[in-house]
Amino acid sequence: MDVVNLDAANYKDLLKRYIDTRDEQSLYGAEQISKSFIKNNVPPEEIVNLHIQALAELYPNLSEKTGHSMNFLLETMISYGMAHQEYQTLREKQLELKTEISVAAGMQETLLATTKPKIEGLDIGVVSVPAHQMNGDYHHFIKGRDGSLGVAIADVVGKGVPAALCMSMIKYSMDSFPEESMSPKAILENLNRVVERNVDPSMFITMFYAQYMPSEHKLRYSSAGHEPGFYYHKKEDAFKEIEANGLVLGVSSESNYERYERYVEKGDMVILLTDGVTECRDGDRFIESEEVLEVIKSYAHLPVQKIVDHVYKHFERLQNFQLRDDFTLIILRREV
Amino acid sequence: MGLQSCININKEWDIVGARQMGRDIAKKIGFGTVDQARIATAISELARNIYLYAETGQICFEVIDTINQKGISMIAVDSGPGIRDISQVMEDGYSTSGGLGAGLPGVKRLMDEFDIKSEEGKGTEVRSIKYVR
Repeated sequence: MDVVNLDAANYKDLLKRYIDTRDEQSLYGAEQISKSFIKNNVPPEEIVNLHIQALAELYPNLSEKTGHSMNFLLETMISYGMAHQEYQTLREKQLELKTEISVAAGMQETLLATTKPKIEGLDIGVVSVPAHQMNGDYHHFIKGRDGSLGVAIADVVGKGVPAALCMSMIKYSMDSFPEESMSPKAILENLNRVVERNVDPSMFITMFYAQYMPSEHKLRYSSAGHEPGFYYHKKEDAFKEIEANGLVLGVSSESNYERYERYVEKGDMVILLTDGVTECRDGDRFIESEEVLEVIKSYAHLPVQKIVDHVYKHFERLQNFQLRDDFTLIILRREV
Repeated sequence: MGLQSCININKEWDIVGARQMGRDIAKKIGFGTVDQARIATAISELARNIYLYAETGQICFEVIDTINQKGISMIAVDSGPGIRDISQVMEDGYSTSGGLGAGLPGVKRLMDEFDIKSEEGKGTEVRSIKYVR
């Protein structure tokens, strides 16, 4: 209240000074007072009232009509003031929500945390960045007792909180599977049943699951409607799409997933990604997958973590540092 | 509590009448111009709710004049459809009249005390008080 009273006195002085001199300094003072009003949540009708009182004190002989007109202005400000107050409350609420979501995002990060395992003879690079606070992409590494590496990469159709909640479920289902059943085909079939039973039919999850056997240099994989990855042949210096058929998770409880297998030669790369990578936009134009591959190629001489970091930075800049979709890119390269 | 003055709300024009009655009482009690305007706006909201949703109802005013406090008490009563979810209509940003109406949360802000009772199919009663500062 003290600040407001102080402002009231100031307002009157400034008003007088302005009427007498019409100098810029008084107007600058008015700007300062206006900011103080906003800071102290003074509604517009109070300001008009302050003006009326200041006028009456400064010029007691003003016409009655002027007085009436000022009261009229005051009346029109009431609803405006109410709308402003409502806006303030909503803004506070929004801040609260934002804080809550960031707590949830932190929790999600802890829940879904995965560490890049060390596999003899295999270089692994991964980058996963959410478009908003919560990530609807998911990736996970599992090192099997037989020395194999399991890699899951998934994308929920949809973004934000619902997608993130869904991903936690996927992770915990996968954790509960016994290791013997960890073939890509079996994992997708089990997950499909979990998703079909527990997730809203409007929500779809795509997943690519790969298992690398370092002893045999073999890659086994299955896909549930996921964005196709790419295979880089070092010898031919060429990329090829990894073709794999399979229905998106959760559509039918009886989905079967095909088993694929391939031999990985030294220096070859397996590139797994989500559509946030291939559907980057340059202005209004969606980029072509070739563009992603070209960028990968241009950094191919580097350790794979460096490659994925560079690719991310490249497309982050291309999109003016505003991701439209969650972005996840994983590269595996056979080193020896 | 002083004498009660009531006004029936049947048509849109009655909103103006209610405002006038409330403002006159507020002026007599000694409210300043800003508070008079706020009380009138609150009356508008209550009367418009009656007119829009209940079709008929009544707004009554009482003068509060005790040793400690002076003020105005307003009671808006209707026998309209009632409100099913009061929490929802008391939420900011929820307005059935589609936007700028400040609605019941607005009335609550404009007044010092606010209470609402409603039963589906029976009607609604809103009581609110504003004190002279």
